[in-house]
Amino acid sequence: MAQQVNVEGFASTMTRQQVRELQRKNRRENLGRAWYKFSRNPLSTIGGTTVVVVVLLAIFAPFVAPYPEHAKPFTDFANASRPPSWEYPFGTDEIGRDILSRVIFGFRFSLSMGIVVLVIVVPVGVLLGLIAGYYQGTWIDTTVMRITDIFLAVPPLILALAIASVLEPNLFHSMIAITLMWWPWYTRLVYGLASAQRNEFYVASAETTGAGTPHILFREILPNMVSPIFTKISLDMGWVIIIGSMLSFVGLGVQPPRPGLGTMVASGAKYLPDQWWIAIFPALGIVVVVLGFNLLGDGLRDLFAAEEA
Amino acid sequence: MTDHILSVRDLKKHFVIGHEGTVNRKPITVKAVDGISFNLHAGETFGLVGESGSGKSTVAYITVGMYQPTEGAIYFRDQDLFADSKGRPLALKKEIQIVFQDPGSSLNPRRSIKQILELPLRIHQPDKDRLTEVLRLLEMVDLPPDYMHKYPQSLSGGEKQIVAIARALATDPSLVILDEPTSALDVSVQGKVINLLIRLQREFNLTFLFITHDLSLMRNVASRVAIMYLGKICEVAEAAEFFQNPQHPYTQMLLSSIPVVSEEEEAAKPEKIISTGEIPSPVNIPQGCSFHTRCPYAMDICKRVDPVMVETGAGHVARCHLFEQPEENLTQVLEAEPGPIPQSP
Amino acid sequence: MSTPRLLEIKDLRVEFKVYGGVLKVLDGVNFSVNAGEKVGLVGETGCGKTTTMKAILRILPIPPARIAGGEIFFKGQDILRMRKRDLSKVRGSGISMIFQDPTAALNPVFTIGEQLGAVVQHARPENRRLSKRKIRDKAIIPLKEVALADPERLLDSYPIQLSGGMRQRVCIGMALATDPELLIADEPGTSLDVTIQDQVLRLLRVLVEEKGTSVILITHTLGVVRETTDRVYVMYAGNMVEEAHTRKLFAEPLHPYTQGLMQAVPKLTGGGIAEGIPGRIPSYLDPPPGCRFHTRCPRVMDICRRQKPPFFKVDEEHQVACFLYDQNHDRHKEETATL
Repeated sequence: MAQQVNVEGFASTMTRQQVRELQRKNRRENLGRAWYKFSRNPLSTIGGTTVVVVVLLAIFAPFVAPYPEHAKPFTDFANASRPPSWEYPFGTDEIGRDILSRVIFGFRFSLSMGIVVLVIVVPVGVLLGLIAGYYQGTWIDTTVMRITDIFLAVPPLILALAIASVLEPNLFHSMIAITLMWWPWYTRLVYGLASAQRNEFYVASAETTGAGTPHILFREILPNMVSPIFTKISLDMGWVIIIGSMLSFVGLGVQPPRPGLGTMVASGAKYLPDQWWIAIFPALGIVVVVLGFNLLGDGLRDLFAAEEA
Repeated sequence: MTDHILSVRDLKKHFVIGHEGTVNRKPITVKAVDGISFNLHAGETFGLVGESGSGKSTVAYITVGMYQPTEGAIYFRDQDLFADSKGRPLALKKEIQIVFQDPGSSLNPRRSIKQILELPLRIHQPDKDRLTEVLRLLEMVDLPPDYMHKYPQSLSGGEKQIVAIARALATDPSLVILDEPTSALDVSVQGKVINLLIRLQREFNLTFLFITHDLSLMRNVASRVAIMYLGKICEVAEAAEFFQNPQHPYTQMLLSSIPVVSEEEEAAKPEKIISTGEIPSPVNIPQGCSFHTRCPYAMDICKRVDPVMVETGAGHVARCHLFEQPEENLTQVLEAEPGPIPQSP
Repeated sequence: MSTPRLLEIKDLRVEFKVYGGVLKVLDGVNFSVNAGEKVGLVGETGCGKTTTMKAILRILPIPPARIAGGEIFFKGQDILRMRKRDLSKVRGSGISMIFQDPTAALNPVFTIGEQLGAVVQHARPENRRLSKRKIRDKAIIPLKEVALADPERLLDSYPIQLSGGMRQRVCIGMALATDPELLIADEPGTSLDVTIQDQVLRLLRVLVEEKGTSVILITHTLGVVRETTDRVYVMYAGNMVEEAHTRKLFAEPLHPYTQGLMQAVPKLTGGGIAEGIPGRIPSYLDPPPGCRFHTRCPRVMDICRRQKPPFFKVDEEHQVACFLYDQNHDRHKEETATL
């Protein structure tokens, strides 16, 4: 019971050090609980593991790949179009480059594309959605959300083609195209969440106490949307990678000889079905990354849903 | 009148919830609060009772500044709360605080108790040491100091509400609005929260505007009680008088509908007025007296004319045609058998 | 005690597996309902009332829930070991249910008539092949029974067009449409206003008395139990702590928990508010040994910390799970004193 605690004594003996320790203990406990829920779903564990492995492979590509120089301009016609073997586990392509090495380097392009796009898209989309949701029903809401709708109405691939035809077709420009079409989804998501959160009484309480709008937006409302935003980021990594690969496939993304997964599938497609490994292994690479992120995203969603309950 | 800490004058709040028709678009309004007046004396607990749709919470939200009134005014120590169109000055926000019904919603689940209690301190007491103040607040409400690192989800319902009370008191207010502070809690916890509130009221000389639907609770905490039905006040009286001598038929119906736990209480209830009919929708409030669709004493005039407040005793007012009548008519009506009860549409 | 038992729960144990261990929620619950009887089940949030009810209907989520032991007999048959087909017969026409929130209990996209019609149709095998017209004629009966005005029009209304009180009446009508032998009402008036709650409970009382339906009324409002039931069980932390005829219980509550609860209820006669019961309901993860109430009990004795109290019979109509009412009570007390 509360009365039994000697508040005076406790207050004086509770140093800031102890305060911090308690905080840390609480955090550890929460993490433990989250991990327990997450790990109970085998699929999300597989997804999480896949993502971790792929990220590690991408980071340490020069050390992990058996033939790191094959990711650069390189030819070895003596070993061209070799089927999978111990020497070349995924075989070699039409000019003798090791496909395994190129797939590992391909992860670098895919992941960095996803990261760059989301690093731009998420803050912009979240900020706009947050503001529109908080000022729900006012002209701010209307303006932001109608602009969002306009951007959502532009077909992304056509936008990418248009940009590529005006500018030069390369990775940077297709990333611009993806970025332009992607932020409205975050605005939409956050708008919905923020306009629900705005009716929670903790917002009213902060307002009637006299808290400023930035405090309410970023300290009160935003932390309550972290879970769905991270779920979406995880699912979107997969999507951005797919779209990036699609753009690469049609020649608007990673330019050869650099090893984009989509680019490799495109050039390998010419040798199907006889030299299937040239196209199939990069394609499988895409599948693995995307599946990994999707499973992780589903796992996160379940985890957060369970947290609410 | 310096005795009045809060004075509500003919307060109205109408919400436009949609439009009707295609050419001449008529707004559909909900008259959540439709012309109410009352005064709060410093240091008292004024109970505002009503069922859902009565507008009691809207009164709370207007007073604390969440809504602008459609008409009317509220004066806090003779200062108009809505004088400044740019919003309420901090000095007034400091004086009037609120405790909401559901602590699950009023405490941000992503902020620790320390962060929650720090916010009002940072705004209103920027010079004081915050850690000391947070500890003082926790001590004041009998919560152990290590609670400051907990998050609301790890607290019981009662503890959450106690934190919400501590937060409201952090600004050192003089008026605290309690919007159903215990209706989300179990009875065994309710007592602790209520007694804490009563103790704090005495310690800090607080005035409470206590909003609830629970009349039994009201009996034990309020010094005066007002009862609301569909946006209007039906009856106001001192608590003891209100429960011993209820005048308005709606008050009588409410009192006789309460489930009680003992024979003595059963005896204290007014003669049973059987509850009939539905509470009309606040979008479509009946003409005349809004209670006439459910009133066993409904007369012809009730369907046409909205009654006005009449004094029925010292400090006791009721808004009912039964009391506007000359004496002899009144007794006649009271003795008459309750007429056929009109069915709700 | 010669009246036939309609429902009998014997030593029911339910556990939930969660992060950090196992929640031992129901700890040997004994409970019975006689034919035609209105039984109250009172307890506060988290005491296990809802878990008990879900176990009766076998709608507990398994896993994480687990029936760790016990039996639930409905007319002599063990529900927990019943085959799917028999179970759906019990659920369809043996036991009906009314929920706290009538809004959630009615499907918003179907009319009242369609929902009632479906209930009527599945209540009896011979109703399966009835024409739409006939079903409609049958569906209107329950609406008339619950005294709703203009039932014809109601059949074509959607739940959203009805007020909360009307929805709860529809739910009552729907629950009784199958002529169940047992009706479980889970906080049927809690989401309603006092005056409407009064109407709904009065209606419920009249209807079940007319039809001879047995009722389990689950609630945390003591006043509602007093006005509606014949017999009451008081539940605390997954245990039944007291069982008595309603009149007896309210006249003389015996268990310290019941007494605390009774005092905590604000009285219409005034007199201030009691502090309530100190402390909070224990964690089910690691419940206190012995009597689960001993950590909050003002009259705790040594034995309470060691041994779980069985039901002690005070008289024919009253039993309490508390060592204060054991015949060896004095000895327990002495033990405590000497320690």
